[in-house]
Amino acid sequence: MITATGIDLRLGAVDVLSGAQLSTRPGQVVGLIGPNGSGKSSLLRCLYGMLRPNRGAVLIDDAAIGSMSQRSIARAVAVVTQDASAEGIDISVGEFVLLGRHVHRSDYQGFTDDDRKAVLDGLDMVDMSSFADRSIHNLSGGERQRVLIARCIAQQSPVILLDEPTNHLDVRYQHEVLALVRRLKIDSIVVLHDLNLASRYCDHLALLDHGSVVAQGRPDDVLRSELLEPVYGIEVRRLADGHHSHLAFGPLSP
Amino acid sequence: MSVVVAIGLGPVGVAPPTVLKIIGHHMMGLFDAESWARTDDAIIWEVRLPRVLLGAIVGSALGVVGVTLQALVRNPLAEPYILGVSSGASAGAAAAILFGVGSWLGRESVSLMAFFGALGALALVLALARSSGRITPSRMLVAGVAVAYLLSAVTSLLILFAHSEYGARAVMFWLLGSLANADWSTLPIGYLGMGAGMILVFWWRRRLDLLALGDETAMASGVDPGRTRLQLVIVVAMCVGFAVSLSGGIGFVGLAAPHIARRIIGPIHRHLIPASAALGALMLVWADVAARMVLQPRELPIGVVTGVLGAPVLVALVRKLSHNS
Repeated sequence: MITATGIDLRLGAVDVLSGAQLSTRPGQVVGLIGPNGSGKSSLLRCLYGMLRPNRGAVLIDDAAIGSMSQRSIARAVAVVTQDASAEGIDISVGEFVLLGRHVHRSDYQGFTDDDRKAVLDGLDMVDMSSFADRSIHNLSGGERQRVLIARCIAQQSPVILLDEPTNHLDVRYQHEVLALVRRLKIDSIVVLHDLNLASRYCDHLALLDHGSVVAQGRPDDVLRSELLEPVYGIEVRRLADGHHSHLAFGPLSP
Repeated sequence: MSVVVAIGLGPVGVAPPTVLKIIGHHMMGLFDAESWARTDDAIIWEVRLPRVLLGAIVGSALGVVGVTLQALVRNPLAEPYILGVSSGASAGAAAAILFGVGSWLGRESVSLMAFFGALGALALVLALARSSGRITPSRMLVAGVAVAYLLSAVTSLLILFAHSEYGARAVMFWLLGSLANADWSTLPIGYLGMGAGMILVFWWRRRLDLLALGDETAMASGVDPGRTRLQLVIVVAMCVGFAVSLSGGIGFVGLAAPHIARRIIGPIHRHLIPASAALGALMLVWADVAARMVLQPRELPIGVVTGVLGAPVLVALVRKLSHNS
């Protein structure tokens, strides 16, 4: 369980976050939405210690994140990051997922059969078992995201954060990856650009604008044109589509 | 095996079996000391063995340092020179040789000044590379290159102002590196310092894997990249400081050994670190053999040998990189 309240973050001369709050919900997928530059990724980075807020509190299971070692943070929170596996060293999928187990082993310990089993389980859960010996550089975008999620599963942390996991994916993989996140039933927070994906796969949404959360609640309560139009500066029409609302966009009439 | 043969080679050749006998005699009291020439004994035990052992430890340290730096700055061209540490050591040594700076440090003042020069250069690089408490790879590269240029200029200035042909030659020979100063009295410091450094790096092998994958990935896996980078850089500076202070500036081993090792054994650091150490040792021991054989009885500076052999490796590497992208 992560709770962030009253988060102020300054990067250089820019106020990136002011008074933002966000928390995980038991067993639910929380979507973090907002326009470019609204501070979504920065807020997410505050939740695992990558960025230190200037003010406000981030609590992981009631412990202040500032008082925790990076290792104990990582035991509590797994992250699908944006940098991983794209430009780093060229290792196999199996080795990459295995490194997620580092949080459970001290520096001098080797990995054990338990670790290898967790890796196999993780890869199995995302349907990537046959890719274990493949290089992480030779994966399609969708395969890469699934491997990153497998690493989080192997890490066995009770919370997963995902920073724009649908970036660069085609429509089918976008749905596949988010459906997978839902199936895990792990407390998760996912940064999303696509509001229709957010509507379909999240249990709860937080709408961020200029560094603060301006609306929060069930997707249907947040994805309303009177909330979205001032934030995104675009006309939003809501269409009924079975259980989920579907949004259509057009330029705002002057 | 390689070590035994390498010990035997030189202006005065000694056959490998005799080499083994002499070493066995000194270490365990085996064999009869009358069965070989006294000069062979002195050459092997007093000169060659310490020299080859120094080559092995310095070579392996340079290999491990190269691996570490390449992971730290996530750049395949990183090597000890890029941090400015080698230049700092050289400037310290030049000041000691030409102007007697630090002569109160005693007989080893040149080595010690080189060591302090390395640490000073490191402190400068770290001060320049820190931004809001963190050290980022790109800043470290830029700071390292800048400090390297600055300190090479300082060394050149020292040589100019010294007006001493003899001193200039001594500095030059030192800058190009040599294992000729090896004797038993200098070895223990080097072994302890560089050995401890290599063990620490191996201890942190998984952190290197994670750092090489990216800062966010490292962070998400419980490794604080800024702090780990700082710890590793200090270990690196210690190793380079010892290496340069004992053997002068030896280039290319730190670049070439990790690259060849990576081709053979892959990028996972638990394999890559020992492989680079072994390869670095092998390269330096044989480069030293070449240094004392090619122009005998004169010696080539070993930096010339590693440079001549290393340059083609570097070119091949760059070509391969540009093919891939």
